[in-house]
Amino acid sequence: MSTQKNTRPSADGKSGQARRRFLKEMAGAAGGACMLALGVGLYGTEASARPASAIRPPGALPEPEFLAACVRCGLCVRDCPFDTLKLSELGDNVATGTPYFEGRKVPCEMCEDIPCVKACPTGALDRELTDIGKARMGLAVLIDQETCLNFLGLRCDVCYRVCPVIDKAITLELVHNPRSDRHAMLLPTVHSDACTGCGKCEHSCVLPEAAIKVLPYALAQGKAAEHYRKGWVEKEAAGGSLIGEQQQLPMRGLEDRKYGDTRVAPGYVPPSAEPSRPAGIDSGWKP
Amino acid sequence: MSTVSQTHTAVPATSVKGAARAGVMARPGAEAVQEKGWWRAHKWLLLRRASQLGILALFLLGPWFGLWIVKGNLSSSLTLGVLPLTDPYLLLQSVAAGQWPYKEAVLGAGIVAAFYLLFGGRLFCSWVCPVNLVTDAAAWLRRRLGIKGGKVPSEYTRYWLLGLMLAASALTGSLAWEWVNPVSMLHRGLIFGFGLSWGIVLGVFVYDLLLASRGWCGHVCPVGAFYGVLNKTALIRVTADKRAECNDCMDCFAVCPEPQVIRPALKAVAQDHPLILDQDCTSCGRCIDVCSKDVFRLTTRFDRSES
Repeated sequence: MSTQKNTRPSADGKSGQARRRFLKEMAGAAGGACMLALGVGLYGTEASARPASAIRPPGALPEPEFLAACVRCGLCVRDCPFDTLKLSELGDNVATGTPYFEGRKVPCEMCEDIPCVKACPTGALDRELTDIGKARMGLAVLIDQETCLNFLGLRCDVCYRVCPVIDKAITLELVHNPRSDRHAMLLPTVHSDACTGCGKCEHSCVLPEAAIKVLPYALAQGKAAEHYRKGWVEKEAAGGSLIGEQQQLPMRGLEDRKYGDTRVAPGYVPPSAEPSRPAGIDSGWKP
Repeated sequence: MSTVSQTHTAVPATSVKGAARAGVMARPGAEAVQEKGWWRAHKWLLLRRASQLGILALFLLGPWFGLWIVKGNLSSSLTLGVLPLTDPYLLLQSVAAGQWPYKEAVLGAGIVAAFYLLFGGRLFCSWVCPVNLVTDAAAWLRRRLGIKGGKVPSEYTRYWLLGLMLAASALTGSLAWEWVNPVSMLHRGLIFGFGLSWGIVLGVFVYDLLLASRGWCGHVCPVGAFYGVLNKTALIRVTADKRAECNDCMDCFAVCPEPQVIRPALKAVAQDHPLILDQDCTSCGRCIDVCSKDVFRLTTRFDRSES
């Protein structure tokens, strides 16, 4: 007991010193780790942006959830029979180690058994997706109407023909060709209710730079405000106008037409008595 | 005490202590090579390299030769189509980020955690992790070039990072450490392609070589810290059971990646038994190799015998 008492003050001093040293070291460690964590956090936030051409595999969760769930193991890449998927490498500008593909390079072949989704151990690729037709990897957009051959009045149709969901995801819409005035244009038109974003259309576009591209939904689609209602839809659903039948006012100069038909062919003479005046600033009209 | 003073004269000139006295560069392990022969003086090092490269080879057989024994990488893998293995620290980050993974990943992480919890968490660091090859090379070159100084961060940094990375995962909603993790970047790079990831690996090498001796694995890496936590109950341990033979040459301290773990066992500081129970010990066995007196050997944590 007595020896313990004697050594106590010195031991206290020693342990106090050790405690101070320990606390100082801990503070340094905590500070350093905080700096590093902050740096990594900021870098991660910065680096989680993704180029529009990089498409996630089918069934991928929305990007923020995907980045939390994907452990970057590459099992989906291994089970992709067409080597479509690849793991991003540092410098690809896609979160390092996560799977993606580029439609223009190698599109998704839309396997019916979806092996990539089955391979994912974490649920970053959602197994709720069992019908590949319901995959929404992105949305094809005919982004350049100035170079698209069909918009020039030619019959290319390649994107339409390669589409795995032909006539549903891409249809050819018949439109009058105002340039020749006697031909039709068959315009490839994408429908978001059927397009899976597989990228086949972008891959096979014959132009040096594809006129049709698969884009992430946020870039490809607008969104109507929740309170918007389409009058004609509501009318059909209700079996009649919700605000009563509307007064149909006569259209001056088009009295012989059906209501709403405002087309005017060259040389058309309106049946109304008043002779037509020249339009524009020289019309001579005075209040 | 008396044995220590007696053996002072017997310290070989190539050892750390002998070289310091003679004012020349030390060649730790040279004495052991002379005494035991090159193979015995490199036994555990060679076994460890075989383990590290063998595991890497298993992953590479598929992509290189179409022999699919193991698919994936150290983050998560599937062996022979049945055995899932997942890095538990990675999965913890995913859970912290708000995602509950499928049962394969949970099971895989459970198997990995159970294995390391039983045999020793930091076996991963010295027997599996590919970055060990990089930092061992840096440490070797640092010794050979006689590079001194630099600023070694506190060894607690890794434990702070371990926690802070989970916090950062929760805050950013992504796997925070995976943005920079050199362990997964190197392993994935070797199997799936590097991109610029080799820059991060080179950074670790340069950091360990010039700035901090054994800095990355021993002070910064939160993955190592995580496996260190699993190492608390490690079955496989190194013992200094022939510590009476020690001639204080200091070679084991020079090659040990976590030199602070040796002293309590070798010099009976704050413990009686010769077992190295510190959770930082990676059981790499390099101390066994370089000791010309065969002071150390691998055993279990229950073997407290001394001879």
